[in-house]
Amino acid sequence: MSDAVLSIRNLSVEIPTRSGVVKPVDGVSYDISAGEILGVVGESGAGKSMAGNAVIGLLNPPAHIAQGEIWLNGTRIDALKGEAMRRLRGKEIGMVFQDPLTSLNPLLSIGDQLTETMLTHLPISRAEAGKRAVAALEEVGIPGAAERIDSYPHEFSGGMRQRVVIALALCAEPSLIIADEPTTALDVSVQAQIIALLKRLCRDRGTAVMLITHDMGVIAEAADRVAVMYAGRLAELGRVRDVLTQPQHPYTGGLMASTPLASAGKARLHQIEGAMPRLDNVPDGCPFHPRCTYAESKCRAAPAPQISQNHAACWFPLMAQKVS
Amino acid sequence: MLAYTIRRVAQSALVLLIVGLVAFSMFRFVGDPIENMLGQERTVEDIERLRDQLGLNQSFAVQYFKFLEGAVQGNFGVSYRQGRPVAEILMERAPATLELAAVSAVFAIILGIAFGVLTAIRRDGFVANFIMSASLIGVSLPTFLIGILLIYIFSVELGWLPSFGRGETVQIGNWSTGFLTTSGLQALILPSITLGLYQMTLIMRLVRSEMLEVLRQDYIRFARARGLKSRAINFRHALKNTMVPVITVIGLQLGAIIAFAIITETVFQWPGVGLLFINAIQFVDIPVMAAYLMLISVMFVAINLIVDMLYFLIDPRLRVDRAGGH
Repeated sequence: MSDAVLSIRNLSVEIPTRSGVVKPVDGVSYDISAGEILGVVGESGAGKSMAGNAVIGLLNPPAHIAQGEIWLNGTRIDALKGEAMRRLRGKEIGMVFQDPLTSLNPLLSIGDQLTETMLTHLPISRAEAGKRAVAALEEVGIPGAAERIDSYPHEFSGGMRQRVVIALALCAEPSLIIADEPTTALDVSVQAQIIALLKRLCRDRGTAVMLITHDMGVIAEAADRVAVMYAGRLAELGRVRDVLTQPQHPYTGGLMASTPLASAGKARLHQIEGAMPRLDNVPDGCPFHPRCTYAESKCRAAPAPQISQNHAACWFPLMAQKVS
Repeated sequence: MLAYTIRRVAQSALVLLIVGLVAFSMFRFVGDPIENMLGQERTVEDIERLRDQLGLNQSFAVQYFKFLEGAVQGNFGVSYRQGRPVAEILMERAPATLELAAVSAVFAIILGIAFGVLTAIRRDGFVANFIMSASLIGVSLPTFLIGILLIYIFSVELGWLPSFGRGETVQIGNWSTGFLTTSGLQALILPSITLGLYQMTLIMRLVRSEMLEVLRQDYIRFARARGLKSRAINFRHALKNTMVPVITVIGLQLGAIIAFAIITETVFQWPGVGLLFINAIQFVDIPVMAAYLMLISVMFVAINLIVDMLYFLIDPRLRVDRAGGH
């Protein structure tokens, strides 16, 4: 835990509603080390983005952290408020959003947005910030960075804008990047470039990355380890190769089977029956049991076991069944 | 950009021509100026002679054309009532109205934007709720009633401020200003508030709703995620984006301030062009009415033109699109 850049321990996020409290994130724990990319996957509403927002302190009220701890480089940050949290944002934790078309301010030049961010966090002069802004754009692969520094966001294509967003997230050299669906809004041909860029920059700088996505292909391509979330809970956590080739949780197995592969021809794609439960109506026991083909009475009665490395939150992991 | 400007100026000139035409077509319904100009002891010959002399027996189109002919040369005719050139009378009266309008506009814009931003940022705060409730008064009370209420409270009951007139003025060239004397400044306060209150509440409510909309945008969230200070987020990122639609409305409201000055000037007996116009209507002083209407429409059109130019300064997207499109 001490060498991890980010440690989340038993984190729960709650939203009070008229019909009771819902928990979009429920008892989630994971670590991310320096230079490591942790993929967080799950369906919409599984709580993956909510966990990221909790880490950077941008939960929209009335959502709030109800329990658990968040540690960043050995400092506990979940209770930080206002100014103290603002100082961390951008400086220690960078964030990349889904849609590059809307995440840049249309009325400010990209140079202005870069220098503004650096001047907020780094003790450098305006001239130095200007120089670093050009360097930052070069680093993310914007051709003719020096000439384009005064351009406005609308003068860039979607992929180029996402590069600018990444430059912005990295310009104050944070130790953690939260990338929330960074490629979802992009053309498929550009997705791979952006993933490769994110991967290279974080390797080079030793930045830890929380890569939130619903795309198993992106996970396979970029992540070192993967956390699978279901209904606010962690279903499985492990190295990408292990999870992808030998999923233990039946939900992960279902996800893998329902990922289309170009090589697989036109065979019918597997579907997981039913839908993820609404958050105000999560069933007792293992939340996946109504959709699980292997569920037994124990799954309905007792909450799923604590997750641990190479152990899914499941009473009857897939490997064991294959053995028996 | 240049082509766009030229086109807009041409459009503006066309608008002015049409406004004048409409105005002249309506003057015949206002009444007969001859009635007022000649005393009880008039003969039919007198009436006919005067009518012929003033050109009132011609069709409105001919009258309008003659008016334009003179106006292009800076000659707006002679007032029926005062017997002096209209241009001279307007020049004398214009400073009073322009100073009143300027103070009202500054009051409305500064407080409107400030209150709008405040009520948007502290959306559920006590102060914000109070301002929002109080602004309903500004929106719903008619101007003359606000003026009379202010006079009652601050002039009649408290005796702090004058209830009518401009106070002492100082003559600088052709311009008489009330900014340089204490009584002139005191006299400006109540009329400015009366005239600007409605515009202020309108601007405030617009700024508030636009700002709330902008604060929900992704780029504001991204700005927060980059750890920018809330001052930078609210004023640099959010307010600038808020201003694009707000400027349009402010521009229209500036024109409205000058036009609505008629009511405020009547309530406070303010010696400006609005009061002049009201008196001109009572006397059917056609040259004065025509010149006043043209003056107001020139201001409206000029302000709109300036507003359109301001977009280019604020929004870089327009600069590129327009440059490419024309």
